[in-house]
Amino acid sequence: MALLDVKDLNVRFATQEGEVHAVNGVSFALEKGEALGIVGESGSGKSQLAFSILGLLAANGRASGSITFDGGEILNLPEAQLNKIRADRIAMVFQDPMTALNPYMRISDQMAETLMQHKGLSKRDAVAQAVEMLDAVKIPDAKNRVRLFPHEFSGGMRQRVMIAMALLCKPDVLIADEPTTALDVTVQAQIMDLLGDLRRELGMATVLITHDLGVVAGFCERAIVMYGGQVMEQSEIDPLFAQPTHPYTKGLLAALPRLDADSTMTPIRGNPPNMTGAPTGCPFFPRCDFVKDICATTMPPLTTFAPGRARACHRAIEEVAA
Amino acid sequence: MIVYILKRLATAIPTLLALVIASYLLMHIAPGSPFSSERGIPPEVLANLNAKYGLDQPLWKQITTYLWNVVAHFDFGPSFVYKDRSVNDIIAQGFPVTLTYGSLSFITAVLVGVTLGVTAAIKRNSWLDYLAVGVSIGAQVLPNFVMAPILVLVFTLTLHWLPGGGWSFSDPRFWILPVIALSTSYMASIARITRSSMLEVLGSNHIRTARAKGLPNRKIIFRHALKPALLPVISYLGPAFVSMITGSVIIDVYFTTGGIGKSFVDSALNRDYAVMMGVTILLGTLTILFNLVVDIVYGWIDPKIRY
Repeated sequence: MALLDVKDLNVRFATQEGEVHAVNGVSFALEKGEALGIVGESGSGKSQLAFSILGLLAANGRASGSITFDGGEILNLPEAQLNKIRADRIAMVFQDPMTALNPYMRISDQMAETLMQHKGLSKRDAVAQAVEMLDAVKIPDAKNRVRLFPHEFSGGMRQRVMIAMALLCKPDVLIADEPTTALDVTVQAQIMDLLGDLRRELGMATVLITHDLGVVAGFCERAIVMYGGQVMEQSEIDPLFAQPTHPYTKGLLAALPRLDADSTMTPIRGNPPNMTGAPTGCPFFPRCDFVKDICATTMPPLTTFAPGRARACHRAIEEVAA
Repeated sequence: MIVYILKRLATAIPTLLALVIASYLLMHIAPGSPFSSERGIPPEVLANLNAKYGLDQPLWKQITTYLWNVVAHFDFGPSFVYKDRSVNDIIAQGFPVTLTYGSLSFITAVLVGVTLGVTAAIKRNSWLDYLAVGVSIGAQVLPNFVMAPILVLVFTLTLHWLPGGGWSFSDPRFWILPVIALSTSYMASIARITRSSMLEVLGSNHIRTARAKGLPNRKIIFRHALKPALLPVISYLGPAFVSMITGSVIIDVYFTTGGIGKSFVDSALNRDYAVMMGVTILLGTLTILFNLVVDIVYGWIDPKIRY
């Protein structure tokens, strides 16, 4: 049985312009210790998907479907029960370390409260463990710097603090929502290396949410490609890059900057879809190079076509891959 | 920190000086004089009066003499209208009254306002929120000159619970109506500022982080949200506190409390130059002082601010 099993997840937001369908019927499973990438551009619903796992949606958001963790349903659990899972068993690293830490509290207090909440530690023991964890994420002079406030750290250091904070209770699952997007490129690589090391060390299953296929290639064993709140393609990493079977994945790969002299970067034309109202047809059809009449009216089902690989497209694999 | 406070106090001196000179000049530009209401004063008597109070001197001389008396002897001069009372007496008598009902109003307004605002924000769009918003809008639009007579009508004339006027330092029953009348509109403002700032903070990223830690709601509100949510409230509270402890003419008139709120307005109407100046300096000093207090509290709450 999978550690985390998401089935037919829908996330809707009530807004003044109408109902926004952020996530539409997404299913996936995460095995123990596995690293899964969720890839998509801004507005593809990947962050909301992550938030709904821990019940962190904004007040106007509603999630439906099913999410089981370690055999029990966790979607829309009462807060008190969710609080036992949050940080202790499923932890999260957020996108923007500049704003995700509380600017008015010392790092020591912010980290200690997690351990005091879940492990019942005293303040002194909790701070001691926080220092150990800061050492583990390679913050120099952690013993003294734990007393500092977030603004006294650089962006990269703050993300290390975020990661250390998420790992305090040694969770079974770490959800990292664009952990490197707000950082410099050189720092990005350091943070991803650090996450990789810690994941292996702690044997954590990891969900890495990103728009960056390059990051996924180096980190994940499997990836889900999302567009318009739906799964377009799902595959092990190597075949996904070697032979993308969905026009959107293909477009994403073509849009990656490469160092080979003779290849150029080709962006996907058009803009991400407006997510207001129920989707009709494939959300990608207005931007798709392989569009057919049926694409505008009917969403193709996600179909398994090889072991560990599935795609949602009306075109045959040969037509797209060629 | 101490250096910063000393610096701020030092800059207060030129500010106060400018305040004194500007008010003095404005006061003299305004038509009329302290003695213009007493009809039929013979010119020689008027000349004597002017000479007695130094009003025959050139303006710069008057200002420097006044400043010298204030700085060297802490003497704000005699009242021009109440012949047997000095400004020091008037302030010493009236200020403790307004300080008492003003401080109590302040505490009431902060406690009730912040509680209302926080509750409304946490229970956003629930009946509690609508009730809190309704109450605070009601309190805001009800001016205290309407509020005061209604209070007297209900609690004094109908229920006979509380005295409808007068003042006693030993009997808190005299304090209640002035405090209610003065605090309601401040309370409403505090509630509104708290609510909107709390809502903003609750939607911020670091609150989502706190929720992801599995903290109970109570800890999220009190440990993570309250401090940043109160920052805008605190900057409102500095000036609000000053205007509350220096009283309100409405309160002093309706409840005959004898505070300096009434003295200030009376002195302006009577052209009682010395009282006017005395109260203006008191207000100015308090304003400067409590703006400093606000800044110190800010530095204490927000670690990014260091003096």
